[in-house]
Amino acid sequence: MTSDLASETLPAHGSRAKTHGAWLALGIFVLLLALAPMAVPPFYVTLLNYIGLYGLVALGLLLLTGVGGLTSFGQAAFVGIGAYTTAALSTGVVAVPATFAWAQHSPWIALAAGLLLTLAVALVLGALTLRLSGHYLPLGTIAWGMALYYLFGTFEQLGGQTGMAGIPPISVFGIKLESANQMYYLIWAFVLVAALTTQNLLDSRQGRAIRALKGGRVMAEAMGVDTARSRLVIFVVAALQACASGWLYAHLQRFVNPSPFSLQYGIEYLFMAVVGGAGQVWGALLGATVITVLKQWLQDILPALLGRAGNFEVIVFGALLILLLQRSRSGLWGLVARFLPKANRARTLPVAADSLPRREMPPRGELMLEAKAVTRRFGGLVANDAMDLSLHAGEILALIGPNGAGKSTMFNQLSGVDKPTSGQVLLRGEPVAGRGSRAIAQLGLSRSFQHVRLMPEMSVLENVAIGAHQRGRRGVLAAAWRLDRQEEARLLAEAARQVERVGLGAHMFDEAGSLALGQQRTLEIARALASDPCLLLLDEPAAGLRLREKDALGELLRRLRDEGMGILLVEHDMDFVMGLVDRVVVMDFGQKIAEGRPEEVQQNPAVLEAYLGGVDE
Amino acid sequence: MNAQIAVLLGQDGISNGAIYALLALSIVLVFTVTRVLLIPQGEFVSYGALTMAAIQAGQPSAIVWLLALLCAGSAAVDVAQVLMRSERAPALRWAFAGKLLYPLVMIGLVYTLPLATLPMALQIALTLALLMPLGPLLYRLVFQPIADAPALVLLIVAIALHVSMVGVGLLVFGPGGASTTPLVDAMVEVGGVRIKGQTLCVIAVALVLIGALYLLSNRTLYGKALRAAAMNRMGARLMGISPVFAGKATFFLAALVGAMSGVLIAPMTAIYYDSGFIISLKGFIGSIIGGLVSYPIAALGAVAVGLIEAFSAFWASTYKEIIVFTLIIPVLLWLSLTSRRVEEDEA
Repeated sequence: MTSDLASETLPAHGSRAKTHGAWLALGIFVLLLALAPMAVPPFYVTLLNYIGLYGLVALGLLLLTGVGGLTSFGQAAFVGIGAYTTAALSTGVVAVPATFAWAQHSPWIALAAGLLLTLAVALVLGALTLRLSGHYLPLGTIAWGMALYYLFGTFEQLGGQTGMAGIPPISVFGIKLESANQMYYLIWAFVLVAALTTQNLLDSRQGRAIRALKGGRVMAEAMGVDTARSRLVIFVVAALQACASGWLYAHLQRFVNPSPFSLQYGIEYLFMAVVGGAGQVWGALLGATVITVLKQWLQDILPALLGRAGNFEVIVFGALLILLLQRSRSGLWGLVARFLPKANRARTLPVAADSLPRREMPPRGELMLEAKAVTRRFGGLVANDAMDLSLHAGEILALIGPNGAGKSTMFNQLSGVDKPTSGQVLLRGEPVAGRGSRAIAQLGLSRSFQHVRLMPEMSVLENVAIGAHQRGRRGVLAAAWRLDRQEEARLLAEAARQVERVGLGAHMFDEAGSLALGQQRTLEIARALASDPCLLLLDEPAAGLRLREKDALGELLRRLRDEGMGILLVEHDMDFVMGLVDRVVVMDFGQKIAEGRPEEVQQNPAVLEAYLGGVDE
Repeated sequence: MNAQIAVLLGQDGISNGAIYALLALSIVLVFTVTRVLLIPQGEFVSYGALTMAAIQAGQPSAIVWLLALLCAGSAAVDVAQVLMRSERAPALRWAFAGKLLYPLVMIGLVYTLPLATLPMALQIALTLALLMPLGPLLYRLVFQPIADAPALVLLIVAIALHVSMVGVGLLVFGPGGASTTPLVDAMVEVGGVRIKGQTLCVIAVALVLIGALYLLSNRTLYGKALRAAAMNRMGARLMGISPVFAGKATFFLAALVGAMSGVLIAPMTAIYYDSGFIISLKGFIGSIIGGLVSYPIAALGAVAVGLIEAFSAFWASTYKEIIVFTLIIPVLLWLSLTSRRVEEDEA
């Protein structure tokens, strides 16, 4: 099939108008922002400044929490690093070595220093916690936030609890930004740049890898995504945005003290991201606005209502957030989005994109995958007992056996999800046991899952494009600044080709979660094919398919075999298996009990006994 | 530092450590059974300390109104549920009556008893009676409706609850700090070393509670049900163990442990409405040392936190909190290096 197929079959109508609509909305938003300081009283300009500062932090958290499914309570501490670095350097309180004297007193150089410091801290914290399960990052960031807050308060040089004054204003092209109105433009320029780059990032190869994190690391790794790196990237990006916000804050206030960088503010930032919610860039700004305005209002009325002073607004914040999460997990933006036209991400496809380079298929009959005496024990249970298995190019092999025979365990050993207790797995002659599924994916093995692992809110096309992840090279910065468009077009064209190939072309832009289960399984095959494999491991691909879909699947697998691919099926559907495969391996109680052509195996007494029970004589 | 100071610091460290250990156990228990990281654990501590202080000062603590409010809220949710689907009404009837009667009894007690002159054991009992029901009530209102949510959502809700409870603490107890009279005022001399009776008392109570938790979870059917729910939620549900019961029971224990810790710690240091968080964070560090799963390691880790805190207060008092909180970094490093490379997905 050729790449121009895409141009004929895609429902491209209306998409251009929608894109224009989005640009128009953005244009109006920017225009309103630009005019606001001239039209509203100073109090509101100050409020908008704070919304911008908080929004910048919330945007990073949105990427981390709303999209990546991780969370941090330490963002306020990163804000603090930005603010205190510039306070120390631009006031000259902390002396720098003579060679760097030129850097003293310059806010812009202080910004660079703050970002570097933040980068270093975020890398260390991330490296410590991100390999662990999801709970260690928040706990680690709580501890880090507390420690840094106390540190700000104890350094006499940094003014201790009283803080530091006399921070100079920022100069842009020789203009000193001394008033709140002047800072307003700088703050919102930062926010808009951050929002647009975040949106660009999400709509890219790296963005798909980040969005796939929520679907569990097993799937993403099997598609060649370095999940530890993706997690680290969003943590670092969120920290850097927080740091920039702190820098702006210090030069807006011209004064810093430790209290705005306490854990309490770290929690408030998280609330903003969650209240906005829904993994949408604009949700973060909505959340920042709602929380900032609500806080202002509650701080006015609650003490009067309760007859005493205190931060009682936190009671309402907490209760509101609990109610919101009980009712709408996608936050306020989720509620707003119901009334907006559907997001139109990647509605059009690049028509004339070059196709991606393909792996050279091994010659037919080459030994591709070999398991030698693979044994896997779970405590006393031997799930795989000295299993031997071989798979050649241009061959379909079925691994069958009664429930509990150890097929899925074997599948996990071969695909690198699990590590054999003893024995070897050779993939095209290379030992791969214990090397992890990402390394195995790079060698040309791709797979589907017994329990479908898709990103239900992403489109069919985007899900399949995750499979093509390892065929792209462009990184996070390229994605943020749209330097990746050529490669992105080729990846999407490839994904579209695979969607068409498995017969899901009519659902190209539908949410994957809206497909029937059988179609979701087929989608997983398309995703596996998008990685350009020479070996395909399919875990019960025919389960849940209707007869005609099964026939189409069989046809597809035959075609792949003829192209030289090696295919291993774990399957229960005997009709499907027997008419399709070249060889069958039968397992029972962790051992191989038979191997051969389908018709041989069907006559094998050991197999009959395993499936039907022994015959009394 | 001489031996005398070392003994003094050691006592402080061990008695604080014993309390952190109690909290760490409770955090691990709640986490394994419900997947909730109970950030509000510390609020039960400050509520316990401040309620005890109010009782000793002879004031009817306003916390009883919070209890009444939560009971009423919970009863209202029950009614709404029964109206929506009329099943299980008989089972709820008793719970419903209890939720209305219990706060009335408590209000009666708090406003009629001569609180200040009660024997200390009764004061403690009253404190616990006021605070323990908050655990299951909060579980009912806050976590039960989202018991199946992703762990991240549960964590954020736990944080939201913590923030709210701190605010309520300020409203109910005011901004002032409070200390209570020691449980035991005597000094004991062991082998020429003078040991504070309060220290022994804290250690004894902590050991008794830990022992009771151990017996409960290993020797009773209910305890075994909780452990089963912790190991495999779906399996436990299929065996007829109600996840709602398991959740409420663990929150009840968490409230008991928290309030009792507050009663124990209040004679040693002044407690404010927001002190609980820092105290429970140290319990969290203990439970992280235990990898959020192991009870004995978590308890030992928490005692170590107490000791390190006491000695760093002597050597570098300004950096005390910084030292305690950065302690987590080598622990995380160790956990990170020993963990498997790609974990299975969270439930």
